[in-house]
Amino acid sequence: MITLIVNGQRHEVDVAPDTPLLWVLRDTLGLTGTKYGCGQAACGACTVHLNGNPMRACVLPVSAAAGSQITTIEAADHRIIKALQQAWVKREVPQCGYCQSGQILSAAALLAGNAQPSDADIDSAMGGNLCRCATYVRIRAAIHDAAVTLRA
Amino acid sequence: MNAIANPGRRRFLQAGALLGAGLTLGFYLPVGRTAERSGAASANTVLAPNAFLRIAPDNTITVLVKHLEMGQGVYTGLPMLVAEELEVPWERIQVESAPADAKLYGNLAWGGTAQGTGGSTSLANSWDQLRQAGAMARELLIAAAAALWQVEPGTLKAENGSVVHAASGRRASYGELAAKAAELTPPAQVKLKDPAAWKYIGKSLPRKDTLTKVNGQALFAGDLKLPGLLTALVARSPVFGGQVRNVQPDAARAVPGVKAVVLIPQGVAVVARDFWSAKKGRDALTIEWDESAGARISSDALRQNYLDLSQTPGNVAADRGNAIQTLSGASKTLEATFTVPYLAHAPMEPLNCVVQLKDDSCEIWAGSQFQTVDQATAAQIAGLPPQQVTIHTLLAGGSFGRRANPTADYIAEAVAIAKATRELNAPIRLLWTREDDIKGGYYRPLFVHRIAAALDNDGKPLVWMQRIVGQSILAGTPFAAMMKDGIDKTSVEGAADLPYTVPNLRVELHSPQIGVPVLWWRSVGHTHTAFATEVFIDELAAAAGQDPYEYRRGLLADHPRLRTVLELAASKAGWGTPLAKGRGRGIALQESFNSFVAQVAEVTVKPDGGFQVDRVVCAVDCGIAVNPNVIEAQMEGGIGFGLSAALYGKITLKDGRVDQSNYTDYPLLRIGEMPKVEVHIVQSTERPTGVGEPGVPPIAPAVVNALFAATGKRVRHLPIDPAELKA
Repeated sequence: MITLIVNGQRHEVDVAPDTPLLWVLRDTLGLTGTKYGCGQAACGACTVHLNGNPMRACVLPVSAAAGSQITTIEAADHRIIKALQQAWVKREVPQCGYCQSGQILSAAALLAGNAQPSDADIDSAMGGNLCRCATYVRIRAAIHDAAVTLRA
Repeated sequence: MNAIANPGRRRFLQAGALLGAGLTLGFYLPVGRTAERSGAASANTVLAPNAFLRIAPDNTITVLVKHLEMGQGVYTGLPMLVAEELEVPWERIQVESAPADAKLYGNLAWGGTAQGTGGSTSLANSWDQLRQAGAMARELLIAAAAALWQVEPGTLKAENGSVVHAASGRRASYGELAAKAAELTPPAQVKLKDPAAWKYIGKSLPRKDTLTKVNGQALFAGDLKLPGLLTALVARSPVFGGQVRNVQPDAARAVPGVKAVVLIPQGVAVVARDFWSAKKGRDALTIEWDESAGARISSDALRQNYLDLSQTPGNVAADRGNAIQTLSGASKTLEATFTVPYLAHAPMEPLNCVVQLKDDSCEIWAGSQFQTVDQATAAQIAGLPPQQVTIHTLLAGGSFGRRANPTADYIAEAVAIAKATRELNAPIRLLWTREDDIKGGYYRPLFVHRIAAALDNDGKPLVWMQRIVGQSILAGTPFAAMMKDGIDKTSVEGAADLPYTVPNLRVELHSPQIGVPVLWWRSVGHTHTAFATEVFIDELAAAAGQDPYEYRRGLLADHPRLRTVLELAASKAGWGTPLAKGRGRGIALQESFNSFVAQVAEVTVKPDGGFQVDRVVCAVDCGIAVNPNVIEAQMEGGIGFGLSAALYGKITLKDGRVDQSNYTDYPLLRIGEMPKVEVHIVQSTERPTGVGEPGVPPIAPAVVNALFAATGKRVRHLPIDPAELKA
């Protein structure tokens, strides 16, 4: 049994320790907001936070996440995630929407450490999150918007 | 029984009988419009006046969308058409995907014979149909109020979700009127609103699918939870067309969680309790493949073979004037060859679907572009009549053509697995890994274009002679009947109908049969024809010593809408204003799917050939702009999608094996490479046309033309090799 703390909730899971955290979230805990895109940490669709740090859940063995605070897109009371979601809605960022959970989690990690990111900061923090619909123009704008909201 | 949630179980009347010709609008029979449970119209009655709309007593209004939402905005644009005529607040509209039914939900742009999404047709083919659907319900509700209040319908008005009698001040919500309206016969004729009275069409109403796409609740096929659900992965031949000769399944079966290993026509399927067990099980398989019937091709050799073919005459796709003779006698001629590689669609959500097979039914959950094609294929494999195959269309995490497969490939796999594991009595979730996706075929075909031209004394093109070489997408599919005289229109679209004034035009086509599966890829033939024609017209302008914008403009006398977008893009981009050294501006245009797009790209090139696309100005004419925000998003997205191909996109094969496997070696554009994009929409009163694809074709040639302006070096092969631009 492995103990996971996801969005503040404790779970005991009976899975092989090498199972990537992504698949435990999705297949074992039913938290399907975190997406599979590549399985190689090459696209960012599976981004979650581990103790506040952005991680690619598709390559992180669940054993390495045991006992840590895991945050996913389903987190209800995360101030930064909420502000980003509102900005995403206002800017109408999503097209297909599949990558957006990962985009928002990466952006949340950025804003947690940088209240007023520049375009270059955004490029660097978000460079690992692919969007095949190329919603990048709006992602950038929405991150700036959320940063303004959070500074207010 | 819940008569509301499952329209597929109702009986339908066909439309034409009730409404005028040319309109396919399904109507529920009276039985379908009456209450749940027994008894006549009651407080529970849901008004379902046609196949696209339901109005519940609690004022919930549901629009059924027959097209796949894959990001292009159909869950917003289509309901807007209904809401406009129905006169209801936008917030009250809910969206549901329609069940698979070609009669009710066929794509009218395809003659209504199949339900599907493609060719940027969703809004265009729904334009009359959904406005009629809304107007018809509105008239029915007015008639209901007139009957209840004993007044003339002409004295009533529909507004904001209610019917109002101004003289008496009476007012009833649609929900209150639903039961009465359900007893009435829908009107045979309805009058659509005057465009001057439109409240929604032309406004950037908020998308209906945004909220669930930012909070993780949006449901994609891989997210579906069903009791007992098992996950399947398939090991497929390393070469296209290879077969399993021998498989050792024991090690896979020994993996904890693996429930079954089965042979299916496409390979070996491992079925397990979850993805990770299935993946470990698949990794543990030892398979000997028979590659003798496989396509052992190498893309380098294929390209050379195509280049050779381009020297020989092909099937004639266009012939105007006397191109061959005029060319041979001309004094000023140019010739160039363009090549583009195979491309994978690589949507962020790899292919997946869920199938629940029972003795007398097959339920499928998928984000598919071709519902009724999938339905027919599934029925055949399952050995069931098509009406016993139910398709639940979920959201798709991108598709770009990949989920519109005439062979219904991944659906067929999943049904075959469900059939082979019938004794497990479990719903099967088929997942493709990213590697499966990149190596899985159904690519945009590799193409070679050879173009020769002659200029007259004024520098204008006198002859345009183009030979196109590449696999046909339609050949060998049920769509092959659309081919005429050996010409697959999707191979020559945008070239055979070259918009420029050229007195002698000849376009020829070679469609070699190669065992690499190919498919339409966002904007289809225009992905490569626009690249070849729009770069070559730039070369002609340069040879004539003329400005590439003015040169095009002078040759578009017969295409005023293209000329308008060209002028708009140029003027908004500041065409002709000076740029710093190392920077360049390029222009390109293309009509595709009845929409007109021109783009100006600005680039900065470094001495080592590395470059950045700084800014793209895009002008689009797609007729009436139903939702400008969605149009802008599709242009931004089309530009980004086309840039991925221009900068990086390349699938290559060696000895039949695909070299690439994941985003690591099939890179996509990243946020830091995305240019600033400005979209300008032409005001129009023409019928609306599509926007999902037309943003893609002009960007690669616009960038290549900008690189020429900056460096004097002409790129003719994609993806762009920065080494070619080195100072």
